[in-house]
Amino acid sequence: MNNTKNSRNVCVSQLDSVTVRFAGDSGDGIQLVGSQFANATAIAGNELSTLPDYPAEIRAPAGSLAGVSGFQISFGDESVLTPGNKPDVLLAMNPAALAVNLKNMDKGSVIITNSDAYTAVGLEKAGYKSNPLEDGSLANYRVIGVPVNTLAAGVLKDSTLTPAQVLKCKNFYLLGILYWMYGLPLEATQTWIKTKFGKKSPELAAANAKVLEAGFDYAETTEIFDARFQLKKSPVTKGKYRNLTGNEAAAYALITAAKLLKKKLFYGSYPITPATEILQTLSKHRANDVVVFQAEDEIAAICSSIGAAFAGELAATGTSGPGLSLKSEALGLAVIAELPLVVVNVQRGGPSTGLPTKTEQSDLLQAVYGRHGESPLVVLAATSPADCFDTTLEAARIAVKYMTPVVVLTNAYLSNGSEPFRIPKLSELPKFQTSPLPKVEDYKCFMRDPETLARPWTYPGLAGYEYRAGGLEKQNVEGNISYDALNHEVMTNLRADKIARVVKEIPATKINGPDEGELLVVGWGSTYGAITTAITEARKTGLKVSSVHIKHIFPMPADLGTIMRRFRKVLVPEENSGQFRMLLRSTYMLEPLGLNKVQGQPLNSDEVLCKIQEILRGN
Amino acid sequence: MEKTKLTAKDFSSGLPVKWCPGCGDFAILNMLQKTMANMGLPLEQYAVISGIGCSSRFPYYVSTYGFHSIHGRALAVASGVKLSKPELAVWVITGDGDGMSIGGNHLIHTIRRNIGLKIVLFNNRIYGLTKGQASPTTLQGSKTKTTPLGAIDYPFDPTRFAIGLDCTFVARGLDNDIAGTSALFERAAKHTGTAFVEVLQKCVPFTDKEFDSLKDPATKEDMLLRVEHGKPLVFGKDKNKGISFRNMRAEIVEFKAGSVPAEVAVYDETNADMAYLVSGLAHPEFPTPIGVLKAVRKPAYEELYYDQVKAIGNTKEQELEALLAGPDAWEMK
Repeated sequence: MNNTKNSRNVCVSQLDSVTVRFAGDSGDGIQLVGSQFANATAIAGNELSTLPDYPAEIRAPAGSLAGVSGFQISFGDESVLTPGNKPDVLLAMNPAALAVNLKNMDKGSVIITNSDAYTAVGLEKAGYKSNPLEDGSLANYRVIGVPVNTLAAGVLKDSTLTPAQVLKCKNFYLLGILYWMYGLPLEATQTWIKTKFGKKSPELAAANAKVLEAGFDYAETTEIFDARFQLKKSPVTKGKYRNLTGNEAAAYALITAAKLLKKKLFYGSYPITPATEILQTLSKHRANDVVVFQAEDEIAAICSSIGAAFAGELAATGTSGPGLSLKSEALGLAVIAELPLVVVNVQRGGPSTGLPTKTEQSDLLQAVYGRHGESPLVVLAATSPADCFDTTLEAARIAVKYMTPVVVLTNAYLSNGSEPFRIPKLSELPKFQTSPLPKVEDYKCFMRDPETLARPWTYPGLAGYEYRAGGLEKQNVEGNISYDALNHEVMTNLRADKIARVVKEIPATKINGPDEGELLVVGWGSTYGAITTAITEARKTGLKVSSVHIKHIFPMPADLGTIMRRFRKVLVPEENSGQFRMLLRSTYMLEPLGLNKVQGQPLNSDEVLCKIQEILRGN
Repeated sequence: MEKTKLTAKDFSSGLPVKWCPGCGDFAILNMLQKTMANMGLPLEQYAVISGIGCSSRFPYYVSTYGFHSIHGRALAVASGVKLSKPELAVWVITGDGDGMSIGGNHLIHTIRRNIGLKIVLFNNRIYGLTKGQASPTTLQGSKTKTTPLGAIDYPFDPTRFAIGLDCTFVARGLDNDIAGTSALFERAAKHTGTAFVEVLQKCVPFTDKEFDSLKDPATKEDMLLRVEHGKPLVFGKDKNKGISFRNMRAEIVEFKAGSVPAEVAVYDETNADMAYLVSGLAHPEFPTPIGVLKAVRKPAYEELYYDQVKAIGNTKEQELEALLAGPDAWEMK
């Protein structure tokens, strides 16, 4: 740590990274304040990773433990790959937010809290017998109580806003304090406030902006804030950036794919947590040749998309686990009709409604095998919020090149989390390719491209190529209905062979660390940040461990088996009971070790590190 | 588009048609091929979409683009086709099991949206392809393989169902009434929005006697009420009976042929309430209404959708980079 002094004799400490958690009532605007803070850190040049953590209820009773909503952000230099394990700073809007989060705080960490919320009623709702700010129970933490209600009301004493409206501004007061602590710029948030509230109520906009500045000034002048922090910046690639959540990234990837194909994008979907933001984001872009269809149910959502694919447009649908189950019959249709389709499955805690707002990786086997009949399709998994863009774009590219449905697995952690996304230039984007249209006189609807085995993508409107698609088995090449026994086997094998050929699209697997040795950690999808952080930490302490991270789940990379066999042990950490491990075991006849977490919470780097230590040190 | 002079034969795929001998599906296929030819659109501008069941084999026998999808989902598939390529003529072929049972939800919502699909529902009151189980239109008391003691379910009346949902075009015809039913298909083809045509037909192996009374030359004129816009509701072999409404209840009025009394209702296909009342006429008390029961113009879903897009201004030429950047991007130098 490199300490310097600023003008007010405040110590400014240099940090690699810091983790801040905002917590309060789900109706308190915690997610909003959190994402504003995230934008400010991004503009300041930090790497960042965020994780919203909110209850399933829209508005659980105010002040209750069940109603606590959280937003965690880790920011700093390029080592930031996850939203952090335990917060260094907790911003608790009320006693319930403190009670819920304290168990995950290390001694010595900072708690900034709204002391005005510690009323008899507030304490009782949070289960406190006495006021923790006064009874000494928080002696091991650095607690800063700020009477935010009183202070915000004071700032706005001349305003014509109602007391309820004034109270709603209080979050921005605490945000102002944080901006001071971390030396972050206020401008972006002020602009945002103006755009958000300015049209509807210029007064509300002015009030929020004033309260934000007042919080900043309060921290600047009050002696209780005796430390400021400067976060190391990330050496980023030059270019234009914006913060994107995984769901937004997936939505923009679909628009991009359609543009690259010079086709419309058709997105048929039904609202389901945590995938709905894809539908909402695309709904805003209808002017860009995006056709959004909010269907009556999950089945109609995928079937309308299949219809659009049949009609020759780039078609996609999005859902979460229970929705994927409902779509599975239609996926079989897309497989046998050999139509391109992207299915973004945002995994959540299951089965059934399960933990609808929490994260998991438990739809892996459903995505790979969860269909009737022999129905292979391509499965990809995204590794970070911004990677949801690359992975979804790749899914679309494969879908149209091979005329197949492709499932993209993300999850609540990626879909709600955000990170800076560098806006790609057109020239940096992958080329999209479809099988060339044969001459009308040569055309048979199940003739195949010799390289990819894809059939030609013909569609209504193209004269001379009229054909009948359908769920019944078709005669090879000709495409008429066929009940011939051997033909069915030929077609089954062709469909499997086609998907197997997608392996050619997979780049060589990157090994993080030495390419042979004692232990290889094999991760997939959303655990990339936690595993990579753990490997870095482990190697700093001299442990000989490497990792690979798999995005292509089905088919798997051609080199994966060879790589795994170069290590004495293989560990597979995942947020399920061992589904990827089962896939690896059955594919490669290996016996990997597992680290499994099924708590609706992401694996964190400490947990992975502990497991690595346990394996390598035998403790 | 240039009018192409195609004939019904051009709309045949030439594949052997595999329905049972005597099945009404053959007649419906012929009528629809003729209707499509008469519309003057080329083959590639048609998409014929079906679900599962005997009737759903239909697309294989038509030389246009076709999609034999999965059970109950034809309307969902067709909605995706129509919304992404609104210029296409999209016909949906379904049956009483496919459309009213497993696909019931999609039928409700298709009609609600008034999306431009031409739906032909073949109603034979039985699951034929699975060999004789009760369907949602099977009449109470009917003995089928799943109702050996007689069906206890109250049946749906598809036409009344569609009118009840405010469908903008609803018609009912008979498979053997070539002139009458062909006219319904032509009207449906020209309708903007959802057009729903129920065709009553028997299933030779399982409901061979169904609708016989509507087809028997000796009885049919007393059993059928041919509704026609602007004409009085008159029926009977001698055209001596009419329907009048007193306190919103239907009554049969008898009169001397040729002198229709004023109390006999004059049919108005644009009147939703009248259409609903007439659709409720049922045997044995009343004749079965056939013809165009409802036809109103209401903006179709695809029209509303693309009007909105037009209103916000098509920015499809916008640079991809600008689109991805949105309003919040910042520059890192």
